[in-house]
Amino acid sequence: MRDINSNQIQQAVKELFIEANYYLSSDVLKRLKKFEQIEVSEIGKEMLCKVIENAELAANEQVAICQDTGMCVVFIEVGQEVHIVGGTITEAINEGVRQAYRDGYLRKSVVADPLNRKNTGDNTPAIIHYENVPGENIKIHVMPKGAGSENMSAIKMLKPSDGVEGVINFVLDTVQKAGANPCPPIIVGIGIGGTMEKAAILSKKSLLRSLDEKNSNQYYAELEDLLLTKINNLGIGPQGLGGITTALGVRIESYPTHIACLPVAVNITCHAARHKEIIL
Amino acid sequence: MYKMINAPLQQEVIQNLKMGEKVLISGKIYSARDAAHKCMVEALDKEGKLPFDAKGQIIYYAGPCPPKPGKISGPYGPTTSGRMDKYAVRLIEEGLMGMMGKGDRADAVIESMIKNKCIYFAAIGGLGAYTSTIVRSQKVVAYEELGAEALIEIWVAGFPAIVAIDCQGNNLYRTEPDKYKNKFDLNMLNR
Repeated sequence: MRDINSNQIQQAVKELFIEANYYLSSDVLKRLKKFEQIEVSEIGKEMLCKVIENAELAANEQVAICQDTGMCVVFIEVGQEVHIVGGTITEAINEGVRQAYRDGYLRKSVVADPLNRKNTGDNTPAIIHYENVPGENIKIHVMPKGAGSENMSAIKMLKPSDGVEGVINFVLDTVQKAGANPCPPIIVGIGIGGTMEKAAILSKKSLLRSLDEKNSNQYYAELEDLLLTKINNLGIGPQGLGGITTALGVRIESYPTHIACLPVAVNITCHAARHKEIIL
Repeated sequence: MYKMINAPLQQEVIQNLKMGEKVLISGKIYSARDAAHKCMVEALDKEGKLPFDAKGQIIYYAGPCPPKPGKISGPYGPTTSGRMDKYAVRLIEEGLMGMMGKGDRADAVIESMIKNKCIYFAAIGGLGAYTSTIVRSQKVVAYEELGAEALIEIWVAGFPAIVAIDCQGNNLYRTEPDKYKNKFDLNMLNR
C-alpha cells in the first residue's frame, strides 16, 4: 500500500483548475492555427485569429481564457494499492475547486439547486467520476466545462437497426441545432453504447483525449474522420457566422451494450476546450 | 474596416447599420444575463419600471470573472443570447435599442426589433481575456446578490462586434452558413 495525503489531491486539483483556465491546451491551439490557415470565410478567419490572440493574452496575463470558467468536472482514477489519509477524496477535490476559483479569480457559476438557483459562491460541488484501477497511483483529469456548449449536448436511445447511419444523423442533427450557441469551432464528444448514463459519461470522457491522438480503434478512427468532414461541411463556421471551421475534432468512445440498445450521447465543448491532468 | 459607434445609441445611427458590418462600440453599456433579466421583467410587472432607463441603451449578455487586484475587470465575454429571448421583447418595448451576445435570436424577438427599431450585435464568444482589456469601469446597478449575474453598468472603449441582425431583420446567422456548405475536405488539414 502507498499512503497519499488528501492535501496532495486538494493542492493538485487547485493547480489543475487554475492552469486549465489560464492556458489553452497545446493540441487545441495547434488545431485552431491549422484551421485559421485553411478557413475560406473572411469573417471566420478573423474570428479564429482573435480566438488565438485571446488565448495568448490569457496566458501572458494569467487570467481566464473565457469568463465561463465552467462547472468543475473531474475524472479520477484511484489505484487500489493507494491508501488515502487525512480526509476523503471528495472533500479534497471540492476544497481544491473552492481555492482555485477564489485564488485564481475565476467565476463562480454554480447554483445550489436547479430550480431555486442560489449561487453556492465557491463553484462547488464538482462533478466527480471515480474509477478504481490497478496500481498505486492516482490520476486526476480536470475539465472546467462551460455551459454554452454543455446546453447544446443531447442523448438519444437509437434502435440497433438504426446502425451507424442513425448515429451519424443524430450527431449532425445535434450540431446543426446547436448552430452558433456552443461557440464554434467546437469539439464533438460522442459516447456510443452501454446504457443511457454510460453513453453520457463516455461522451464527456472522450473530450479528454488530445486532438493529436488518433482513436486506437481503426473503425472508430475512420468514423471520427467521416463525422469531422460532414460537420465541417454544414457551413456553420466560427461563431456560427459561416465557414468550414465548425469542429476542430470529433472524439468517440464506445462500450458494450444490450442486445436491444444503441444509446448515443453527444457532448459538445467550445473552442476554449480546457483540460489538464496529473499523476500523483 | 470598423465603424465607430457610441453608446448609448441614437436612432439614426442604428437605422444605417447593416447586417455584417463590423463595429467598435465605445461608451456606457449594461451587462445582464438570465437571473437579472428575470428580476427586471418581474420589476416591470410589479412596479412598472426598470432599475435603469432602457431608452437607447445596449444590454450585453455577459457575466464577468472577478478582477485580479489592481485590474478594472476580469474576463468578460458574451453568453448565449437565446436564453434571454423570453425576456428581450419586454425590454425592447421599454426602449432598449441594442443587444449584444452570441448566437441567433427567436423570431418573436426579431419581429419586435423590426417594429421598435432595435439592433443585435454579435460579440465573439470566448474572448473573455481580450474583453477585460477594453472595459474602463464597472459598477453594479442592481441585484448585487446575484454576483456575476448582477445588472452591471460598464464603460467600454472600442468593443469589437458585428451587426448580426439589423433593424430591418436581416440576419447573418441565417444567410452566411449556406454559402459555406460542402467546402471542406479532410485533406485540407494535411496541407
